[in-house]
Amino acid sequence: MNALLLSAVLGVIMMFSGIMLKQKSSVRNIAIAGMGLLLLVNILEMNGAVFFKIDVRGMIVFDRFALLFDTIVFISTLLYLILSARDMEKVGIHYADFFALIFFILCGITLTSSFKSLLILFLGIEIISIPLYILTGSDKRNLKSNEASLKYFLLGAFSTGLMLMGIALIYGTKGSFDTIKLNTFTQAPDLLLIAGMTLLLFSMSFKVSAAPFHFWTPDVYDGAPTVFTSFMATIVKAAVFIAFIRLFDEAFGLLQSQWQLLVAIITVATLIIGNITAVFQQSVKRMLAYSSIAQAGFMMLSLYAMNTDAKEGLLLYTAAYSLATIGIFAVLIKMSDYTFDGFNGFARQQPLLAATTTIFLLSLAGIPLTAGFLAKFYMLKAALGTGKHLWLVIFAVLMAAVSVYYYFRVIQAMYFKEGNAPLVHVTPVFKWTMIVLAALVILLGIFPNLLLNWYYF
Amino acid sequence: MPVNYYIFLSIALFCIGIAGVLTRRNAIIIFMCIEIMLNAVNLMLVAFSKMHHLKNAAVDATAGSDGQIFVFFIMVVAAAEVSVGLAIIVMMYRNIHSVDVNFLNRLKH
Repeated sequence: MNALLLSAVLGVIMMFSGIMLKQKSSVRNIAIAGMGLLLLVNILEMNGAVFFKIDVRGMIVFDRFALLFDTIVFISTLLYLILSARDMEKVGIHYADFFALIFFILCGITLTSSFKSLLILFLGIEIISIPLYILTGSDKRNLKSNEASLKYFLLGAFSTGLMLMGIALIYGTKGSFDTIKLNTFTQAPDLLLIAGMTLLLFSMSFKVSAAPFHFWTPDVYDGAPTVFTSFMATIVKAAVFIAFIRLFDEAFGLLQSQWQLLVAIITVATLIIGNITAVFQQSVKRMLAYSSIAQAGFMMLSLYAMNTDAKEGLLLYTAAYSLATIGIFAVLIKMSDYTFDGFNGFARQQPLLAATTTIFLLSLAGIPLTAGFLAKFYMLKAALGTGKHLWLVIFAVLMAAVSVYYYFRVIQAMYFKEGNAPLVHVTPVFKWTMIVLAALVILLGIFPNLLLNWYYF
Repeated sequence: MPVNYYIFLSIALFCIGIAGVLTRRNAIIIFMCIEIMLNAVNLMLVAFSKMHHLKNAAVDATAGSDGQIFVFFIMVVAAAEVSVGLAIIVMMYRNIHSVDVNFLNRLKH
């Protein structure tokens, strides 16, 4: 509850700071300080210090899972702001508004991670989506940004329509929006409920860009300004995943036999399309967009399995994937050429940044001793725990092997190819933050319990 | 009037909306079709709300009111979405003087 209220207030503060303050650096400092405060109050809430006690009639419950997820999101966002806030200046003149929109998105994320009612799910998803439409189109003179924004808006609104129809059909059969009341039934599930659930499954797959509803993702991620792609592809995607898994765990847990096979098929399609298409990309930004689809396929395994391992794994995956991808994007923003060739000889110019980027890429590929390996391991363990569909696990491992190819292409370009990647100017703070990110990725890869113990204690 | 009629009407409206989104090329008309979809959902929620109220009014006097409250939220969110969406369409119109979505192929290469 602390984080929910504070993030909304911070959003308003940022809007005013754009009018009051002339210096861009002071706006940025306020945003970073506010983000730190948000993280602090959320950690305080995990330790039992709730500042506001508001009767929400059981529609929102901040349990351990939600609070830990919010903490991971806030840490990632804090590091993201420290790394990339400077680069938002290039996007447009309304600098403070970008921070305001990011805080509003965080407000939506706290809702989607803690909802107990389909009403809150809908509001949370919309509070995330509407600011994202604006951020995608924030580069107003750039036709690619315009196109990405319009495409994202039309398809996002369409999938919201599908989601609402699903909710309406479920309401018709159950007479309630409460996820706990939805999960109680005795007689055989009727057709309207199954239809509503399928519509919800489709619209949520749409929001997390799972195949066959992924077609908007590469275009939107490619067209959006790179700073905001970094945010969209990591933190927002993980937040929608948490809503997805909570919804199907709490509201449709008893119907698992009805949707499990469908989810398995979507998982396979997502893994194959994401990984195979990423191999053929020439632009690193577009490759990362397809890689985010591929990683979403791995996260879908947690939805498929839906047991304790799956929940722990999803938290770890969120941390591993977000931290690594934010780091890679932070380097990518500094480049002038987004193709693989643009990275040629980068290691000679910037040995430190090249080394940290290599760690992030290894983590995304799932090489042991990085967080990405353990995250994938938890997902596969969870999927094995269901005792069904062994082929799904084997297939996922094969696809992880395919993903090594396109991640290693970047490493190869940085270390083994001659060329002169443009000399990028980075501040010492940027370098130290990259080191912290890389350290976190390795630390979580060796001691995942540093994170997961928070789930229980 | 039985609730079935309302359900059929709203499903018909919803399908009209989906067909419009998938076939029309003008951004504004696609947008209108999305609004038709949302309003079909509103109609269905209100019909179901009335149905649940009639069924459970003896037990709980407020039965079914949550469906109608949901409708208000959909209206508010749809209004917010319209304001952002029209702004995006205007932004695109300023740059290319057209609202045709066939234009949206620059990123496919």
